[in-house]
Formats: sequence, structure tokens, C-alpha cells
Amino acid sequence: MDVQAASLIGAGLAAIGAGMAAIGVGNVFGSFLESALRNPAAADGQQGRLFIGFAAAELLGLLSFLIAILLYLKAA
Amino acid sequence: MADQGKVDPMHQFEVQKMFDMFHVGNHEVAFTTSALWMVIAGLLLWVFMIGGMKRQLVPGRWQVAVEGFTGFISSMMNANIGPEGRKYTPYVFSLFMFILMLNVLGLMPFGLFGLHPFTVTSHFAITGVLAILSFAIVLIVGFWRHGFHFFSLFVPHGTPIWLMWLIPVIELVSFLVRPFSLALRLFVAMTAGHVLMKVFASFIIDGIAAGPAIGIGVGLPSMALMIGISGLELLVAGIQAYVFALLTSLYLNDAINLH
Repeated sequence: MDVQAASLIGAGLAAIGAGMAAIGVGNVFGSFLESALRNPAAADGQQGRLFIGFAAAELLGLLSFLIAILLYLKAA
Repeated sequence: MADQGKVDPMHQFEVQKMFDMFHVGNHEVAFTTSALWMVIAGLLLWVFMIGGMKRQLVPGRWQVAVEGFTGFISSMMNANIGPEGRKYTPYVFSLFMFILMLNVLGLMPFGLFGLHPFTVTSHFAITGVLAILSFAIVLIVGFWRHGFHFFSLFVPHGTPIWLMWLIPVIELVSFLVRPFSLALRLFVAMTAGHVLMKVFASFIIDGIAAGPAIGIGVGLPSMALMIGISGLELLVAGIQAYVFALLTSLYLNDAINLH
């Protein structure tokens, strides 16, 4: 298998990580919404932490997207 | 470059030289499209802030908008750092407004005769410099205030002695990754969003080029999706600017208040 084909297959495999990041981000927001509906008065105070959690989960997903893009651009 | 008829989603990130400025040693410093859009963002921000500084007792709409942004950042700094955060609010406010304006300017919907909006923050060089700026301020503030006691940041409370060989190393690595993650987060979010929009736009164009049946069948859903994704990109532009400012304030809190 030549390097170009392997790079493209690797790019496709790396993009699976982006799907897993979707689960992670959904988890963060889902937990926030679930607990916010139980205790709405305390929800507004935690909004900052919600966005920190979102940023952290999204960053790791974007890292796998970055690897996919690097491999794709190297191959194409 | 793409050949005729093929849509190239990466062309929008190409930086072109506009005119040469001066030499530094062996290197040419030129005024590029990136610099042009940063100047445009700076001018727009200047006009925005000046318009809101009339200091009317009963504020008009423009003043309410400006005070909305300043109050937002001010309360964020107060919540994260405390009263000591007031000194750093101008920097974090400038950072937030600059990144927000650059992100939103890249989303403007025009594309005529080769003129297209350029997202300055979609280059790692730009976001890297902003992240290095934040990190340098954190380091300088930390060492100025605490001297070598700053290194106690890497030893959390209640660390048992038998883990002292491992925990500070992990904490140090996680600390050093911070500027890299700040830069990477903003850069990849902007680049990925814009590539996605170009790809969907290319579906519409290629669908129309393939005849009326495919044009309507593929073009209309893609158009609807484009509208949704553009809205999402506006949200992401705002969120990424806010997250950059929020994390900067948190890292400043680590430097100022240690634990």
C-alpha cells in the first residue's frame, strides 16, 4: 500500500474521533440541562463552568479533526 | 490551486501580499490581507466603542450595547479573579472584542469578483501570538507577585509525599500545554467551520451544474443546511471568543491567587 493511500485511510479513521467528541459535548450540555431543570435558581451561576466543560470536550475532538486534516492534506 | 470547475475549500484561507513595507534583517515585512482585516476589525471596534461613550444618564441603544459587553467581561473577571482582576480587565476585554470581531468578520456573506471575507483567526500564527500574549502575562504576573513561590502552583494541597515525583510533573506538563491548547482551540474551530460551509456551498453549486432535477433535489436541502450551519458558526464565533477570554481569566486567577 503506498503512502498516499495509507494517509487517506488514516485520515478517515482519525475523523471517527470527531464523532466521539460529539458524544462528549452532548454529555456536558445534557448533564447541565438535566440538573438545571431540577434546580433552576442555581443554574445561572454555573454557566461559566458549562462553557469551560464544553471548550475542553470540543478541543479534544478538534485535535482528532486536526490529525485527519493533516493526513488528508499530506495525501491529496 | 484547484482546476477549473472544482471548488477548493482551502482557498479562502490563502494570505496574499498587498504591498511591501520594510526589511528586518533578511526578511520582508509586507502588508497582507491578514493585516488588512485586522486593521478593519480595529477600526470597527474603535467606532463601536466611541459610539457608546457618550455617558448619557439614560443610555441610548448603542451605549447599552457597549455597556453590555463591558459589564459582561467585568463581571466575568470579578467572578473568576476577584477584586484584583480589575487591573487585567482592559486586556481581557480587548482580547475578547478583538477575537469576536475577527471571527464575525470572517462570516460576512459576500463573494464578488474574487473579494471574499477573510477569517484572521483561522491561522495558527495569529491565534498562537494571542495565546502567547496571554500566557506571557500570566507568567510575568505570577513571578512578579510570588517569585519562586509560584512553583507551589504545581503541588496541589494534600498531595501525599510518595506521589511527589509524579504529580508536579503532570501539573507542569498540563500548565505548559495551556497556550498551545488556547491557540489550537480557536484556530481549529474557525478553520473547521469555514471549510464545512464551503463544502456545503460546493454541493449547491455542483448540484445546480448537474441539471435542474439534481439541482433542486440536492440544492434545496443543502441551502437549508447552509442557513442552519451559518447560524451555528455565528454561535461558535461568539463561544470561542468567550472561551478564550474565560480561560485567560482563569489562568490569571491561578497566577494571582495561586490556590
